[in-house]
Amino acid sequence: MSAVGTRPRRSLARALPAGPGVVLLLLFLAGPIGYCVYLAFTDLQLTGQAESSFVGLDNFTEAFGDKDFRNAVWLTLVFTVVSSLIGQNTLGLTLAALMQRASGPVRTLTGGIVVVAWVLPEVVAGFLLYAFFRREGTLNAVLDWLHLPGQNWLYTLPILAVSFANVWRGTAFSMLVYSAALNEIPKEITEAAQVDGASGRRRMWHITLPMIRRSIGTNLMLNTLQTLSVFGLIWVMTRGGPGNRSQTLPLYMYEQAFQNSMIGYATAVALLLLLVGSLFSLVYMRLLRTEV
Amino acid sequence: MFLSAVLAAATLTACGGGSGSDPDVVKVSFKQSTDNKVRVMDTYLADMKKEFEKAHPGKKVKLVPIKAPDSEYYTKLQQMLRSPRTAPDLVYEDTFLINSDITSGYLKPLDPYLEKWKDWKQFIDTAKTAARGEDGRTYGVPDGTDTRGLWFSKDIFRKAGLPTDWQPKNWDDILDTARTIKKKVPGVIPLNVYTGKPAGEMATMQGFEMLLYGTGEDPLYDPEQKKWVAAGKGFKDSLTFVETVYKEKLGPDVSDALDPNIGTRTRGELLPEGKLAINLDGSWLPQDWIEGSGHEWPEWPKELGLAHMPTQDGRAPGKVSMSGGWTWAVPAKAGNPDLAFEFIKTMQTKQNARKWYIANSGIAVRKDVAEDPEYVKAQPGIKFFTDLVAHTHYRPAYPAYPKVSTAIQEAMEGVTTGDTSVAEAARTYDEELDSITNGEVIKK
Repeated sequence: MSAVGTRPRRSLARALPAGPGVVLLLLFLAGPIGYCVYLAFTDLQLTGQAESSFVGLDNFTEAFGDKDFRNAVWLTLVFTVVSSLIGQNTLGLTLAALMQRASGPVRTLTGGIVVVAWVLPEVVAGFLLYAFFRREGTLNAVLDWLHLPGQNWLYTLPILAVSFANVWRGTAFSMLVYSAALNEIPKEITEAAQVDGASGRRRMWHITLPMIRRSIGTNLMLNTLQTLSVFGLIWVMTRGGPGNRSQTLPLYMYEQAFQNSMIGYATAVALLLLLVGSLFSLVYMRLLRTEV
Repeated sequence: MFLSAVLAAATLTACGGGSGSDPDVVKVSFKQSTDNKVRVMDTYLADMKKEFEKAHPGKKVKLVPIKAPDSEYYTKLQQMLRSPRTAPDLVYEDTFLINSDITSGYLKPLDPYLEKWKDWKQFIDTAKTAARGEDGRTYGVPDGTDTRGLWFSKDIFRKAGLPTDWQPKNWDDILDTARTIKKKVPGVIPLNVYTGKPAGEMATMQGFEMLLYGTGEDPLYDPEQKKWVAAGKGFKDSLTFVETVYKEKLGPDVSDALDPNIGTRTRGELLPEGKLAINLDGSWLPQDWIEGSGHEWPEWPKELGLAHMPTQDGRAPGKVSMSGGWTWAVPAKAGNPDLAFEFIKTMQTKQNARKWYIANSGIAVRKDVAEDPEYVKAQPGIKFFTDLVAHTHYRPAYPAYPKVSTAIQEAMEGVTTGDTSVAEAARTYDEELDSITNGEVIKK
């Protein structure tokens, strides 16, 4: 009897120090999220309406029926796959692998340059790359010097231009993650493989990659989530244009919320973006579990 | 990250500091320029504050600047207007969105004040309607307007053997002139008409509506039936004009035309450097060329000519212009509306209004100021643009307007790039209009 009576009291006392944290979380995290979920089912507008009302699933059906929304989903997937999965991830791994073998000064210099791109605020990076890609920009100047034809990259290939910008900016993070992971691999294993006559490529494929699989999973997840929410970079470079040709979901949301004043609809789209992010995360988590 | 931005917008509406309850303080919110060098409005309001406080002992004016580009200014303001704790006593409202804010119940009708204010009859009628709600009541006092016309380079015209006192009679005149320039003066852009989504409202208002309102048949909105008008012949003709400009390469290169910075480039580079022959644009351009602007161009009155935009085939009145502008309005949740209106009266004495128009290169909406010699002589071109006020149109700035405007930009962009035909673009516009307005559309 006494045990039953004391147990709840003891656990209650234990939970006490966590109390303020829980309250703060509820207030500033769960509260707004809950409010956001509620708003997604209303037709709240910033202006142009006297009263908002509950509209059920209307916002969601409207989103799926809107070709601009479907276009934004497609572009978001392209942007994420090209710039995060392929670009940042592969390039980060390659750089990290190359830097393992490089001499000290080279490593410091390369690392420094890559990290600077990462430390720059998103908007500053956006302006730099706008200056790089625009018609009178650096890229065309270089091409011109090589006697190759230039073009207005932000107009002809907007989604690839912003994807490249995101690769440029975000590779450093992957590089750091992979450098740390590669340093963790015990020297004896690779040396043993080398003695057994395994080529560099085979060592990479059969030893290095399996041993850093966990880091690959974590890195992919973090990269993807960050890339899904990229806004400033694209806004500065193309504003989602020309037309809607680089309008990813965050830009579409911005247009709906703050240009068309449709807060309710935009929060519904935000929830859908959250869903896309969770789907990606689930896939990566599955990958992680089977490989460990 | 973005989710939190939307959230912040939503939750901000429910909280915020300050209080509008001190009966002796008028809180005045206005748009502060994002350019630190431009302090025209700050200086003017500081003067008004001094004058007001002297004339009303014991009362204070508190200026609450909002530093943001246009579109974000609206958003911030709308969030403030939602709660009595954040609502100022007086706000600076763009006519672009005032009707939308009226519908939201953010603003107070000013009719009881206006009836007793003798200066109100000095305001021209079109300007008065700009701040009138669908309920027929007036919610703001306009402090000026703008008009639009054709700016052209006399130098390029001379090279092309064209008269430097050019005045086209109809659309074909404009296109023919542009064609002549293309043939005789290679290397310059013959004609700029803003187009497409990147240019935003600039494309709709300076570009499309300057054409559409000159077709004589198709306004965008029918105020009697309170319905939006579907794309008719005038709409399609206007699209065809845009299509012709870009198909015949009379305009800027399409990729330049669809660069979000085209407006800045036109004013700062293309016109001053003599690379653009004709530009369909607003009365405010000289703002960028006055001393201290960074793009000083004191010779512009000699190098540029002005022509009014003709109607499609020259039918009466022969000229067309669009107008926007800003108004002073009192929030519905303001703590001191009476004092706020007193402050409007201070800003809108004849002398103070004139001072303001001259300081910001605005176009007068008061008859007494429009005739004032000091105002007329203040800047070259001011008379030309003030005379257009008689033939100007205000946008149907009802709540659906921003979305309608986007639909127009998309239609323009389609025909500019050549991705869609005029008929297709008009059909898509009709579909969009139908969904934006829930079917409140009439065909004419």
